Amino acid sequence: MTDLPTPLDAARAKQLSAEFGLKGDEYDRVLAILGRTPSLTELGIFSVMWSEHCSYKSSRFWLKQLPTTAPWVIHGPGENAGVIDIGEGLVAVFKMESHNHPSFIEPYQGAATGVGGILRDVFTMGARPIANLNALRFGSPDAPRMKRVIDGVVRGIGGYGNCVGVPTVGGEVNFHPRYNGNPLVNAMTVGIAKADRIFLSAAAGVGNAVVYLGSKTGRDGIHGATMASTEFAADSEDKRPTVQVGDPFAEKLLIEACMELMATDAIVAIQDMGAAGLTSSSVEMAGKGGVGIELQMENVPQRETGMTAYEMMLSESQERMLMILKPGREAMAEAIFRKWELDFAIIGHLTDTGRIVIRHHGVVEADIELAPLESQAPLYERPWVPTPKLPVLGTVADPVGLKAALLTLVACPDLCSRRWIWDQYDSMVGGQTAKRPGAADAAVVRVEDHKRALAMTTDCTPRYCLADPEEGGKQAVAEAWRNITAVGALPLAITDNMNFGNPEKPEIMGQFAGAVMGIGAACRALDFPVVSGNVSLYNETEGRGILPTPAIGGVGVLEDVAQAIGLAMPADHDLVLVGATQGWLGQSLWLREIAGREEGAPPPVDLVAERRNGDFVRAQILAGAVTACHDCSDGGLLVAVAEMAMASGIGAVLEASGDHAFWYGEDQSRYVLAVPAAAPILAAAAAAGIPATRIGHSRGGDLVLPNGDAISILTLAAAHEATLPALMRDGA
Amino acid sequence: MKAGIILFPGTNRERDMALALARVTGAKPAIIWHGESELPAGTDLVVLPGGFSYGDYLRCGAMAAQSPIMRAVADFAARGGHVLGVCNGFQILIEAGLLPGALLKNASLRFLSMDCHLKVERTDTPYTSQFQPGAVFRSTMAHGDGNYFAGDETLDQLEGEGRVVLRYCTPEGAVTEAANRNGSVNNIAGIVSPNRRILGLMPHPENQVDPDIDGTDGLPMFQSIAATFATA
Repeated sequence: MTDLPTPLDAARAKQLSAEFGLKGDEYDRVLAILGRTPSLTELGIFSVMWSEHCSYKSSRFWLKQLPTTAPWVIHGPGENAGVIDIGEGLVAVFKMESHNHPSFIEPYQGAATGVGGILRDVFTMGARPIANLNALRFGSPDAPRMKRVIDGVVRGIGGYGNCVGVPTVGGEVNFHPRYNGNPLVNAMTVGIAKADRIFLSAAAGVGNAVVYLGSKTGRDGIHGATMASTEFAADSEDKRPTVQVGDPFAEKLLIEACMELMATDAIVAIQDMGAAGLTSSSVEMAGKGGVGIELQMENVPQRETGMTAYEMMLSESQERMLMILKPGREAMAEAIFRKWELDFAIIGHLTDTGRIVIRHHGVVEADIELAPLESQAPLYERPWVPTPKLPVLGTVADPVGLKAALLTLVACPDLCSRRWIWDQYDSMVGGQTAKRPGAADAAVVRVEDHKRALAMTTDCTPRYCLADPEEGGKQAVAEAWRNITAVGALPLAITDNMNFGNPEKPEIMGQFAGAVMGIGAACRALDFPVVSGNVSLYNETEGRGILPTPAIGGVGVLEDVAQAIGLAMPADHDLVLVGATQGWLGQSLWLREIAGREEGAPPPVDLVAERRNGDFVRAQILAGAVTACHDCSDGGLLVAVAEMAMASGIGAVLEASGDHAFWYGEDQSRYVLAVPAAAPILAAAAAAGIPATRIGHSRGGDLVLPNGDAISILTLAAAHEATLPALMRDGA
Repeated sequence: MKAGIILFPGTNRERDMALALARVTGAKPAIIWHGESELPAGTDLVVLPGGFSYGDYLRCGAMAAQSPIMRAVADFAARGGHVLGVCNGFQILIEAGLLPGALLKNASLRFLSMDCHLKVERTDTPYTSQFQPGAVFRSTMAHGDGNYFAGDETLDQLEGEGRVVLRYCTPEGAVTEAANRNGSVNNIAGIVSPNRRILGLMPHPENQVDPDIDGTDGLPMFQSIAATFATA
């Protein structure tokens, strides 16, 4: 080592460190590690690596408590994405990630680059992406700008996913005024690889070339990770230059070039340049491998002239990867990337110094020891207060009757058809989508050249999480497990996307802690570990936080895609309800939409009953005894039956007697099964000690309620389908 | 039969097409890189599959139509070769001048991914011989620019020569405006060349060939292709 970088003026450095989001004591730690004042590039590197977004400094303490192992887990959190064994020498690679802040500032590009980023996390591990899902939370549709946000986000997700040719097969949407200033865009990608062809990010081999792949580097997205680590104020429009612009065409080429190169033995390690771009990829790859890294910034492919080392290290330009190549494979690798018309540049090499050294035209711009950059990264056990428990809701009178409530509920924004959204997403490309959006509780995508298929879903009920973060966290995991079970698949693992407000507020940290405890309990009880995840904090605008939203992405496996069932109710079948019904109206959509109240404790999840009921239902499906299945979630039993009826156009005569709490309560761990005859299932359930009741029979074109009221399925479906197109008409 | 699928940068339904062809022929089609200047010897059928060649960043298909391989495809077509273009492949065929008309943005100005029903207007083509006359079949569409348009003269010629092979219709076969989601003139979903050996269509029957995935409604198109070359 020869030269040292030129330090900033001490006073200027301290001022800049605050602007870059470093707290006072964090900056003192930078000074201690370096033993001097940092250069601009060094300060940039520290501030993004220690941002909330990259360092998980507020959440790590809690995330460590989540169960992350199982015999089928190959790589848990810590890699670009989680990896699980799905049999036949195959693995599923998946993760969900947020792009909340960018999507509010610039909805199309924010959402599009969110999809691009999560795709790269998956294919960088050697997996071909086979499905995308998205969990979206929007504000009240009539809030200012919200239609533009909804339209832009949906177009952005479609624009990116459709172009790269990865089917968008599922997801979820909620609307609530608490997201008015802070919508959530959580994108999930699932990929498939051979178990012996997984690529990791730990760099190795002193002297090996560090290769830059993909698109050129521009000045876009500088300090994006820092932006994602602060609250919004009214001036957030000013942050538009920190949002990156996506190029799905470049991403498609990058996927194909990587797949082609990954079929060879040239790659030592590879990682995408996501948040904090070249900084996080180079620091993390070298850090994980315990080696040093030296980069020559003049070799970085650049889109603009006159870029400084600082700008290149902090840029979040999209569709870029960093790779360590084995010696002697450079020419072969370069030929593949040139064929796909992508940039390929050797920008440095690995060293034995344990330091990251950045040079630009021979001048040292940064020289930092890697170990303390990670080991001394801030870790906060932030103060937290438990969320006070709400009283269980008492009896609530039924103001409108079952029939009127059903027509209102199936048309309300949280329950209406999502067709307007999914009609803009190519769900079929790849030719393996067996259950597309609206067809089943989970999407089902077959593995090419196999019978085996994956079932996937995203779930969270934020109003439950606000009322009781621990029960809400449990419920989110349980519902994902239930949705995968309802198609007949065996749930294997989850990815979690923790969206919360400002963690420096003890009550917000209390929501986070509660949700983690609930998620952990459910994961343990259901053998459904967390293998990857993402945390998005500071989701607040002008001091008001979002609903706590721990979105769960679940993946399960079916040995034969032909075993998967959907939710469309066939004619002349008995309808059987599996699971106990107490009539839990607290935090239900009936209570909110019909009684106009958001109150009470949310429905508790009995994890023992959850597992028992689900294992029973799955066994019945795999035995071929069930024709269609749907879980009871938002809206309760009657909404579940109505959704099954609308999916097929076949009606039903309901015979079970019960009041509005029975039909609209949101008791958990329940499924509606359409079976050729109820008796054998009821007998099997009784033998297993599982509550099961025949609630009716499917036939005709009307839903006939127990009191004799009939609603035509066509009328129901018209109300169900009309809402989103009507909402979006003038904003679209 | 020997089929070759052209791969442009941004093509994304080549695997779907290869699976559909392999299902009826038992043989894996060749994948042909756009930078090649010749087709493999003995090619019977060239397929331009769906996708976003060159990102659709200029006009859909305009860049791909200038690829080196398209000169070979044009020569192949001029010699009476069979060419199938689906979705982006249809757009490329039009941009290359191998089929007439234009594909505009969908009337809704939105990407449309959904089921559609197609009326088979004639069964004496290499691509439709295994459909019953007047058949209606379900397929899926997934495009932003599938709104077929042609000037009156071209349209009269296409209709007069019976070159409109597929039209959007209701499940019952009625050719209505409501069934014409992308706004195509005369509900046109697919047209052929005068010798009927070049077919361009927007929907994706290659996604309806497998009972385990989305049914086999599109299979007769591929069985027709197989039959064409079994007797050739």
